[in-house]
Amino acid sequence: MIASVCIVLGSLVIIFGLVIVNGASSLSLEMITQTPTLSPPGSPPGGGILNAIVGSLLLALPATVFASLIGIGIALFLQTDFLHPAVSNTIRFMLDVLWGIPSIIYGIFCLMIMIYIGMSSSLIVGMIALTMLEIPIITRCMDESIKMVPIGLREGSYSLGSTKFETAIRVVRRQAFPGILAGVLLGLGRGIGDAASILFTAGFSNHIPTSIFDSTAALPTMIYNLYSTPLGQSKAFAAAFILLIIVLVVSVLSRLLTRRFKKHIIK
Amino acid sequence: MNARKLRGAIGTNLMRIATLFISLLFFLILILLIYRSTLVLGTHSIIDVLFSSIWNPDNGQFGLAAVLIDTILVTGIALLVAIPISLLSAVYIVEYAPLKLRRTIRPFIDVLAGVPSVVYGLCAFLFLAPFVKDVVAPWFGVQSTGLCIFSAAIILSIMVFPIIISLCIESFDAIPLSLKEASLSVGATKWETVKKVIFRASAPSILAAILLGFGRAFGETIAVNMVIGGTIRLPSSIFNPGETLASLIASKYGELMSIPLDESALMLVALILFIVVLLFYFLGFLLLRRAKKRWNY
Repeated sequence: MIASVCIVLGSLVIIFGLVIVNGASSLSLEMITQTPTLSPPGSPPGGGILNAIVGSLLLALPATVFASLIGIGIALFLQTDFLHPAVSNTIRFMLDVLWGIPSIIYGIFCLMIMIYIGMSSSLIVGMIALTMLEIPIITRCMDESIKMVPIGLREGSYSLGSTKFETAIRVVRRQAFPGILAGVLLGLGRGIGDAASILFTAGFSNHIPTSIFDSTAALPTMIYNLYSTPLGQSKAFAAAFILLIIVLVVSVLSRLLTRRFKKHIIK
Repeated sequence: MNARKLRGAIGTNLMRIATLFISLLFFLILILLIYRSTLVLGTHSIIDVLFSSIWNPDNGQFGLAAVLIDTILVTGIALLVAIPISLLSAVYIVEYAPLKLRRTIRPFIDVLAGVPSVVYGLCAFLFLAPFVKDVVAPWFGVQSTGLCIFSAAIILSIMVFPIIISLCIESFDAIPLSLKEASLSVGATKWETVKKVIFRASAPSILAAILLGFGRAFGETIAVNMVIGGTIRLPSSIFNPGETLASLIASKYGELMSIPLDESALMLVALILFIVVLLFYFLGFLLLRRAKKRWNY
């Protein structure tokens, strides 16, 4: 038993350590404030990874906002007040499957639609792919916490004469808020780290996108493009390091905010 | 109709639209994948595609047997390694570890569950693959480049650890104390209690955790793609390079998407992925319902 804990913790510590040691050593001010520059073949790629950092944020933040707005609508609607349990359980099952399918399927799905309507890979298509990827994650998390809202609270609200919608949006939403927030941040964490869905949809570019129809780089696709070239590995590690920090910050933020908002809920 | 009712009607309908959208998305993806893969199924029989191992798009041969076997090997080995280790770790963390250790491990594991797969892939490519090449493969007396099925399975099992552990910890924590105390009071040792009470009482949750781990391992694209080597041939050993279903799409879609028949073959691969996930989740759903009825604590 202790051996298995050691295997788990050991392998995880090794991965963390590798990224931190290699990432920190290749990280410099130039790396995070410059976009890549052209360099003669054979020399290490110059410049930094600013395009990927900005691209990742531009892709994942709006996607998380859209997915949260759609997700909260679905999660509130899945309650017994609005839907028959048989129907909502079927939708829950579909959401679980959508959560489980590989993210590359979202990627090629958006790519097909993109080609069909004659667009090329761009920020907006990548954003849509990420939104689709995040909706099931965010919705299922919100749904789990909304399920925990005591029925007495809803009944109290109804007895005062509020409508179903008012109860859902004012009472249930408020009581389930810590869980909703945790869901949003989980979605953000997954969205920012996913490479397969934006590989074909967001494309790649050495510049910071100027419009939503430009193709853009992102941290995961940057790593994926650079990992196999020996000269690009320091950049890949710098990108992995930044990605790790973002994921860490999101996770800590989720913990802190959840604790903070738990004070306001009625037990 | 007063303003409150109007607002309620608008809001409810917005929520209804969102719910309809996600249900439609599910069927839309499924239908589109089926529709796009009919092209290849029109010229090749499904038996041909699934059981032939020759993948040669230039000659119009789309045998997926090698890829399917690689996928089963990678997922199987990953879960075979991950399940016992994760279960034992979860038991240790909940039942045996000192409280202080427990409190520090849990947030750590939660963070790890969120680390992007591309980061795991990078570490595996640069450190696990050379390790397999220089140490593990010679130990088994075989030659390997390190980019092989075994490396992919190992990195997948490492990715699956935190998922299974964190779900198992949650379910072990939820077991009523009286159940454990009853077992201990009739003279069972701690390990007997773990085996006969804790594992049984949380069997449905363990099943759910394993299912989620399977989903992650089976569908993982990028990390596998980075270490598996990308060769489509029937593997003679697990130290050979291979290609899984999901990673096949990632590595080939870019070059094959302009040729309709080839693209259609990759759509069929995506369809297989979708259907396998659907079937497994459905199976899990049925098992879970039965297990919950039987072990009702």
